[in-house]
Amino acid sequence: MTVIKWNVRAGTYYDSVVLMQLQRGLLELDGVIDAGVVMATPANKDLLATNNLLPDTVSANPDDLLIVVKADDDSSAENAINQVDELLTRRKSSSVSEDFRPRSLSAAVKQLPEAHWVLISVPGRYAAGVAREALDLGKHVFLYSDNVSLEDEIALKKTAREKGLLVMGPDCGTAIINGVGLGFANRVRRGDIGVVGASGTGTQAVTAQIHNLGTGISHAIGTGGRDLKSDVGAITAHQALDALKRDDETKVIVLISKPPSPDVATSLISAAQNADKPVVVYFIGYPPPARKIGNLHFAISLSEAAETAVNGNWELVIDKKLPITNYYLRGLFSGGTLAYETLLGLQASLTPIYSNAPITNYQLLDDPLHSRAHTIIDLGDEFFMVGRLHPMIDNDLRIRRMKQEAADPEVGMILFDVVLGEGSHLNPTGELVPAIRAIQASRKDIEFAAMVIGTDDDPQNLQSQISALEEAGVKVFRTATETVEYVSLKFGANKQNQFTPVNLEQLKQPLAAINVGLESFYESLISQGAQAVHVEWKPPAGGNEKMAALLARMKSKK
Amino acid sequence: MDIDNANTTAVNRMMEARPILKSVATAKDVIPGMKDNLFLHAGPPIEWGRMSGPLKGAIIGAMLFEGVAASEAEATKMAERGEVEFDACHHHGAVGPMAGVTSASMKVYVVENVEHGNKSFSNLNEGYGKVLRYGAYSEEVLKKLHWMNDVLGVALADALAASNGIDLRALMSEALHMGDEGHNRNKAGSLLYLKLIAPLIAKTMKDNAAMSEVLQFLGDNALSVLNPVMAACKAMTDAAHGVEGSTIVTTMARNGTDFGIRVSGLGERQWFTAPAEIPVGLFFSGYSQADANPDIGDSAITETAGIGGFAMATAPAIVTFIGGTPKDAMNATLEMYEITFAESKFFTMPSLDFRGTPTGIDIRKVVELGITPRINTGIAHKNAGVGQVGAGLVRPPLAIFEEALVAFAEKYQL
Repeated sequence: MTVIKWNVRAGTYYDSVVLMQLQRGLLELDGVIDAGVVMATPANKDLLATNNLLPDTVSANPDDLLIVVKADDDSSAENAINQVDELLTRRKSSSVSEDFRPRSLSAAVKQLPEAHWVLISVPGRYAAGVAREALDLGKHVFLYSDNVSLEDEIALKKTAREKGLLVMGPDCGTAIINGVGLGFANRVRRGDIGVVGASGTGTQAVTAQIHNLGTGISHAIGTGGRDLKSDVGAITAHQALDALKRDDETKVIVLISKPPSPDVATSLISAAQNADKPVVVYFIGYPPPARKIGNLHFAISLSEAAETAVNGNWELVIDKKLPITNYYLRGLFSGGTLAYETLLGLQASLTPIYSNAPITNYQLLDDPLHSRAHTIIDLGDEFFMVGRLHPMIDNDLRIRRMKQEAADPEVGMILFDVVLGEGSHLNPTGELVPAIRAIQASRKDIEFAAMVIGTDDDPQNLQSQISALEEAGVKVFRTATETVEYVSLKFGANKQNQFTPVNLEQLKQPLAAINVGLESFYESLISQGAQAVHVEWKPPAGGNEKMAALLARMKSKK
Repeated sequence: MDIDNANTTAVNRMMEARPILKSVATAKDVIPGMKDNLFLHAGPPIEWGRMSGPLKGAIIGAMLFEGVAASEAEATKMAERGEVEFDACHHHGAVGPMAGVTSASMKVYVVENVEHGNKSFSNLNEGYGKVLRYGAYSEEVLKKLHWMNDVLGVALADALAASNGIDLRALMSEALHMGDEGHNRNKAGSLLYLKLIAPLIAKTMKDNAAMSEVLQFLGDNALSVLNPVMAACKAMTDAAHGVEGSTIVTTMARNGTDFGIRVSGLGERQWFTAPAEIPVGLFFSGYSQADANPDIGDSAITETAGIGGFAMATAPAIVTFIGGTPKDAMNATLEMYEITFAESKFFTMPSLDFRGTPTGIDIRKVVELGITPRINTGIAHKNAGVGQVGAGLVRPPLAIFEEALVAFAEKYQL
């Protein structure tokens, strides 16, 4: 036996959608067969009547809320009517609404316009496309994804450089921007040490130790492991180094990489020399040219790099008058080892550099009789020794070569060694200085530098040899290390950047980022107090290759 | 060819269209190609045999209304034998809610886009209960239709003739600030419409009793303005159609069997169709999901023009359709920004800091992201004549956007 009960609430208005929801709630109650909850307009009452939910005795006006319940028995009907108020006020606490998760980068950017950083960790074959979109939107990219082609990496980085944007990666594991770790990063306090890292765990090890030593990190900018290969040319590392050089809050820079290509290492070191702040360099597996060249400090391990950055005793002697621009060095050595050590030191900052006694094959001078670019000649090499005395005894060859070099208008500095002691020429400067003065008469722009090896007990009189050189305007050094430092600073200084600088303000703002890919990176950003939006990313066209290819063609069609 | 440029042109034309409700007139006098034995219907073109229950019912009703047939049986036979013609409203600049059936002697709204000069048309809204648009054709339904044609239609025609027309873009913009999204909820817009038309009716109608009936009818029907709004959206989207190289959707429509779309840079009559889905939603007492007919009606023209389901964020009163909380409504609109090309200059939403509604569905984005447009809709009973059984949400099949993309690539040799 079914019963129908109803309830009329005069002058109560609810939107029909709310009432439909209520009706559904009533239907879920035990014993309820059917229910109608409507504003009692004629149309609505007709509807109830059609479904046998309008007993004749019901009297309700259009402004009344009419609740009708058909149930198995009296008490079920009664119970349902009694639950109306509760159902009306019930909040759907069980299903808390989520913030909207955008599906595309462009929507995410609209949601968080202040985000300057996009973290990408989607599968490699999609990563370059997402990165390109991020660059088009004017965002820096942290590209965690690997399996991005070298061609894509180069193209992305070139585009980024033009726009003054960073592409950290691909395969970039870590970065710390303004105190917030991206990807895999340790919780490291803010501080005044900046890091450029082409090695993810290397960067983590160094930044963690800097923290443990009591100081902190301004920014640690990752580059991805391939950045320091010749093909890429350290595009990101150069941009990062330049940014940290300009950043007032960074007092010391640490440069870390797995073995870089030698030419790339040279260009980076030369760029680092332009910094008016100390730079600690650790290129794992790359021979340090010295412990120190000007503002550069070469570390021999990750931990030492961190310690040096924290505890370094900085005496910055940057002679702003130094630059010799667009000229070449010619080093004319009598001592083979001195030539070799000088080359080892200078190859880090002078490029290209050649020698008849090279360290690596590509430095080999085709013709020992003719220098090119920067050149270090070992005149004691057996090539020159045929029918001739050693240059430590006979100055003739060296003087002739000095004249030959001075005749080259591209030469700006001539470096030579003077090795005193038993067996050597008794007054080398007596022959060398007149030759130098003769050259100076026609080439005032050529600088001379000498490395003098000897003791005050040597028969040539060390002091008078040095004085003779100095009186002729020759810069005199006593070790290869000093010589290398001076020469490399002279040639490395004040080169202008060839790219759009990264906007430092974007590094200094509280970090806001868009995450595309691994959700844990998003959660990590949020837990570090950064603003972030996570993109609910899916492969284009749901992985439908045909559609995705079509879309790509339509995008490229401009 | 630059697709983005073409889309900018198309979407700007859509937004800058200025639809003015100019008049009410007899269909065959104003609708291009309209004739006595032609019955227009909602959605893409469809033959009698494939029509769903509500559409067949509405066709039968219209044949009885026109006097073309004397009974249901005769109407059915004539339809089966091809003695009457059918065509999509959309092929004639017209739109109609649900079955959308429009016949030669019915009174229709005439909307003119004064910016670009194109016109659009829509029938008059019948209100609730047993109505033709849900496939009902009883005596009572026909009686109401005749009253609408002879009394209401004439009153509206005279009233509008005494005015400079009603600016529907302004009306819609205002209604969006009053809780309407313009498709499922037109309460505010209908009252605004009543406010604008009532003084004109009072000025032109002589018979006070009839005037009272007309005003009562317009005021009681919270969907009064739906049809002019749909015609306005049609005028806007038609202005955006035919832009070479544009991937913007200019039509979404359903006939109860198929869902169809058209794209600006593709053909005027080039439909991409797939079986319409059954909407999911809330049901009136006594009805359930099992009673629902597949999606039907031209009213998705509102979403095509950037309102309706796309403007959910501004209609918190009806959020229960889509999950229950105002945040869900916001999320619904935010999702639609993902697949649209622009944000409306004129339709804004207070809850999103007066951001413009998502405007101009781009088939490229739909396919790339796999997000289909969300459409708010009434739900028709699958049997003719039962009427509306609920309201809810429906999305078109993704496949038709993929087909459109392929056709686009072929046409433009991409």
